[in-house]
Amino acid sequence: MTMVGQVEAVPAQGHPALKATTPMKFQANTVKVYYGEKLALKGVTLGIGENQVTALIGPSGCGKSTFLRCLNRMNDTIDICRVDGLIELDGENIYDPKMDPVQLRARVGMVFQKPNPFPKSIYDNIAYGPRIHGLCSHRDEYDAVVQTSLERAGLWNEVKDRLLEPGTGLSGGQQQRLCIARAIAVSPEVILMDEPCSALDPIATAHVEELIDELRDNYTIVIVTHNMQQAARVSQKTAFFHLGDMVEFDDTDEIFTNPRDERTQGYITGRYG
Amino acid sequence: MTDIVAHSETIEQAVPQALSPSSRYKTEEFAARVRRRHKSESRFRWLGIGAISIAAVVLVTLISTVVLNGYTGFFQTRIELAITFDPEVIDPSGTRSADDISGADYLKLIRDALAAAFPEITSREDRRAVVDLVSSGAPFQLRQMVMADPNLIGTTKTITLLASDNVDQLMKGHIARSLPEIQRNVSDRQIGWVDALAGRGQLGTFFSLDVVTQNNSRQPELAGMRGAIIGSFLTLLITMVLAVPVGVAAAVYLEEFAPKNRWTDLIEVNINNLAAVPSIVFGLLGLAMFLNFFGLPRSAPLVGGMVLALMTLPIVIIASRAALKAVPPSIREAALGIGASPLQVVTHHVLPLAMPGILTGTIIGMGHALGETAPLLMIGMVAFVADTPTSVSDPASVLPVQIYMWAESAERGWVERTAAAIMILLTFLILMNGLAVYLRRKFERRW
Repeated sequence: MTMVGQVEAVPAQGHPALKATTPMKFQANTVKVYYGEKLALKGVTLGIGENQVTALIGPSGCGKSTFLRCLNRMNDTIDICRVDGLIELDGENIYDPKMDPVQLRARVGMVFQKPNPFPKSIYDNIAYGPRIHGLCSHRDEYDAVVQTSLERAGLWNEVKDRLLEPGTGLSGGQQQRLCIARAIAVSPEVILMDEPCSALDPIATAHVEELIDELRDNYTIVIVTHNMQQAARVSQKTAFFHLGDMVEFDDTDEIFTNPRDERTQGYITGRYG
Repeated sequence: MTDIVAHSETIEQAVPQALSPSSRYKTEEFAARVRRRHKSESRFRWLGIGAISIAAVVLVTLISTVVLNGYTGFFQTRIELAITFDPEVIDPSGTRSADDISGADYLKLIRDALAAAFPEITSREDRRAVVDLVSSGAPFQLRQMVMADPNLIGTTKTITLLASDNVDQLMKGHIARSLPEIQRNVSDRQIGWVDALAGRGQLGTFFSLDVVTQNNSRQPELAGMRGAIIGSFLTLLITMVLAVPVGVAAAVYLEEFAPKNRWTDLIEVNINNLAAVPSIVFGLLGLAMFLNFFGLPRSAPLVGGMVLALMTLPIVIIASRAALKAVPPSIREAALGIGASPLQVVTHHVLPLAMPGILTGTIIGMGHALGETAPLLMIGMVAFVADTPTSVSDPASVLPVQIYMWAESAERGWVERTAAAIMILLTFLILMNGLAVYLRRKFERRW
């Protein structure tokens, strides 16, 4: 596929994880998204490497969130939305009629812009996913899943004494980490994050960023962000979107130090967006 | 350089009134503008307070009228008489057969007791007039007592009997003694007897829940709402069983699953229109469909409930859709995002969160149904029913129809009965609305 070719063409820039041999988790090929008559995404071709953090940046309305939501078919819930092109997860076309979106979303978890815990207890927030997917059979197993998920999300020490209190009672940053823990609890392969820190203060943001860095070992992460420092800090690959086009996709270092397209350069130097 | 100077001059000329920003807000004109703004705001406040005051006055007037007219409905005048259960009258054959006992002339017992109480009455006319002091239901009361306990025969007991409507109204002051005799239903001599009985402590007006616990009757002093309360209960039960599941399911489907296209728009418009259809039209539909086509029983809570369910359905759907819409989409996304199926999203998250709103809407719809009269008239629930319904297919009356029928009747006693019935209906409505508020408070969750 073209993207594989491109990744190979770009010489590795020191970062061991960015070797040309990085296996691809997602492969998107000329993905077009229509909202009614409007073409929101004009043919995006992009490969997302396994156990990497891929950042999608660009000005508002450029289609980066739209693309992200294609990856777990969240766009299905929008009536007027239509997706064209091919997206493969481990070589399987996720828009194939045989692909069950429910199963797909269990494999590709998502964290949203605004923390959205269920108005239930912290415990039930985490246990809900495993419960509906029948991942555990005993109370003990659920307890274990809840604990490991919260530990991985770096929240365990803060909430271990109040697991039965409502998740909505936590602070914004804690809520977002709770949402991440909830996504982890169903053991997805990929976690999609749609501006996960935009509603958080700098300290909570730092927490979440650290967390993303740790999660990279086990999960493939795709993150949409408006914050370019964040993209630079957490990601290995960055794609720059502009007006529905994917303008540039490269190693994060490369994008931020040596952008090839002048639009990319304009954006990262703060001239627009 | 000159260029720039010239340019700045033209600006000053073009905007001669241009003031510095700080002084612009200190002019008299601006002060006047601020005053106008404040005035219009206080005008609006007073309008609002006025509107609420008018509503409050109207409500207080309405309620106080009903209560003032109706509270006497919870009092009943009774006459104590020493009744001799004469075996000659009740059971002349001495066999104690149920037929004899039930067919006996109990009015004669009352007549005899009254004759004993007023030995001075001799004329035939007067004897008839004195019996009119006692309710026409009194003989039935005696018969029931004897049927229940035949050992009473032969004894003399002091029995409390209901006074007739006219005596009742006289005692409550609803029949003015000052009126000329010809203009009132109680003659001067009857007033004399009533006063005599009252003086001896044999007649008095006491608190009574007969208006709630008795069945309907043609006599105001005997009439009660028991049958109508149970009829209303059965009718609402049918309405709820039909309207709530169908309404909530329709709302969930339309809100959560149905594609948004021209057809669903059309359905939505039609549901909104149905909510505005005059209720009598639903009654006609019920008459044509349920009675004439399906041949279901007339005057039955079953059919009444079905008609009211048709009427309540749009209200339930609209309220439920509004409640579902109010659930933040982020909750749906959160559940979908971890792989819940659309049905799981609805049953695990959206529906529980929308429940308070759905319950409130449903109870308010039920309140509508409880107070509805017109469609029930069309399906024959306006019939006089003296029995308590025991099943949903028995003929029954309901509270508002009972009120309507009582209000139409002529005797003075019906005024207080009607008002008392309205109080009972309003009490049920207030209880239902209170329940709605309570449930909303209890289940309301924040996110």
